[in-house]
Amino acid sequence: MLTKRIIPCLDVKGGRVVKGVKFKSHRDAGDPVELAAFYNEQGADELVFYDITASSDERPIMLDVVKRTANQIFIPLTVGGGLRTVEDMHRMLEAGADKVSINTAAVLRPELISEGAKRFGNQCIVLGMDAKRVTGSDPVRWEVYTHTGADGGQTSGIDAIKWACRAVDLGAGEIVVNSIDADGTKAGYDLELLRAISECVTVPVVASGGAGSPEDLYQALIVGKADAVLAASIFHYGTYTILETKKYLSGKGIPVRF
Amino acid sequence: MGDIAIIDYGAGNLRSVNNAVVKLGYQVGITNNAEEILRAKAVIFPGVGAAGDTMFTLDKMGLMPVVRQLAAENRPLLGICIGLQVLYTGTEEGGWFDCLDIIKGRVKKLPSGLKVPHMGWNQVKIKKSHPLFEGIPDSSNFYFVHSYYGDPEDKSLVIAETEYGVKFASCVGRGNLVAVQFHPERSGDLGLQIYENFFKFAGIK
Repeated sequence: MLTKRIIPCLDVKGGRVVKGVKFKSHRDAGDPVELAAFYNEQGADELVFYDITASSDERPIMLDVVKRTANQIFIPLTVGGGLRTVEDMHRMLEAGADKVSINTAAVLRPELISEGAKRFGNQCIVLGMDAKRVTGSDPVRWEVYTHTGADGGQTSGIDAIKWACRAVDLGAGEIVVNSIDADGTKAGYDLELLRAISECVTVPVVASGGAGSPEDLYQALIVGKADAVLAASIFHYGTYTILETKKYLSGKGIPVRF
Repeated sequence: MGDIAIIDYGAGNLRSVNNAVVKLGYQVGITNNAEEILRAKAVIFPGVGAAGDTMFTLDKMGLMPVVRQLAAENRPLLGICIGLQVLYTGTEEGGWFDCLDIIKGRVKKLPSGLKVPHMGWNQVKIKKSHPLFEGIPDSSNFYFVHSYYGDPEDKSLVIAETEYGVKFASCVGRGNLVAVQFHPERSGDLGLQIYENFFKFAGIK
C-alpha cells in the first residue's frame, strides 16, 4: 500500500534556513544541508526547500545548497520560490532537485506548466498554490494569491479549485495546497479547501499550512483526503519529531514508512 | 571512466544516480559513447518521465543498438524506471510506441480511480530470491514515481511486485539484466544497498 508522505519544508534565504529553528541537538540549525540530513535521519519521506530570496542575484547560492544536499541525501527533493522560466527549472533539476514548485509564474503565464511538463515530465512539475478564503463567500470559495513572498501577496481573482483542475490539465503532476488563512496559526489545515481540491484532481495533493499537532496531519489525510502532508514549525521547533508524528499516524491506521 | 557507466541520454535522474554511485565510493562515468558503455563492467540505464520521448532520444543518439547489445551479450545492466519500461516490447503511453523488445511484454497505464502518478514510498514484495535484494527485508518501502507499469509475458522474470490498484512487476530480471520500476537513488539507505548489491552482482570490487 502506498504510504502517506510526511514532508518537512525549509525556508532558505542567502544559503541559510531562516525560519526560527530550535532543535534539542547541537547542530548548526541554520545550515540547510545539515538540517536536510537531520530530517532524513528522522525518517522524512521527502524534503522541500523554499527559496525566499527576493533577488535573482542570489540564485547561485540556492543552486549550491541544492547541489550539496543532493550529494548527501537520497530522498526526493522539491525546490520552489522565484522560478520563472523553463531554464530556471532546468538549473534546479540539474543541481539535483527532483521536482520544482511554481506558483506566481504559473498564474501569470499558465503555459509555463505545460512547457515544464513537456520538457521534464509531469512528475517534475508541482503547482504550489497559495489560496485564501474569500471573506463572506457563501458557499465558501477560495482565490489564488501571487507574490506571497512579500507582505501576504495579492489576489489573482482566480478560483482555487478551477485553477487546480486547469493546472493538472496543463501537466502539473502534484499540487501543494497552501492555505494562507491557516499558515502559521498551528490551528490545523484548511480541511474544506483540501478536500475540495483532492476530490477534483487526479494527481497527488499535498496539504500545507496550519499544522500544529500530529492530529492535524491525520485530519488532513482523512478529512482533507490529502496524499501527503507538509509541515514546518512543528518540526523546526522540535515540538514533535517526524518519528513521533509517524508513530501517531500509524497508531490511527495510516500507512507510513518507518 | 571507471568500471561503471551510466548511459547519458539526458534522463532527469542522471545526476542523482551518479551521486548515489559516487557516495558508495565507486568509479563511475556518465557517457553516451558506445565504446565506453560497452567497455564498462556494469551499466546503469536511468530514466524518468515519458517512455515515448525516451525512445525518440535513444534512437536519435544511436543508443538503441548499444542497449540491445548489452542485453544480447548478457552484460550486467540495471534499468531504472523508464530505463525499465523501454526494455519491454512496447508502451501504451501516448497511443503505442515500439520499445526495445528485450523483455517481451507491454507497458500499460495504471488503473484509473487512484491518484496518478503513483508517487511516494510503497512496498516491494520479493517474489524470487535475487542478489539485488541481498540483505533487504521483504516488503521494504522504496520510492516510486510513474504512471505506467510493465507487464512481462513471462511471469518467471518477475523478481518483485508492488501493489497500486494493480499488482505489477516492480523488479524484473533475466541473467545479468535486472530492472526496477522504483528509484533506488531516491530510496534512502536501502536504495543505496540496491546499487551496492548490483555492483557486487556484476563482480566489481
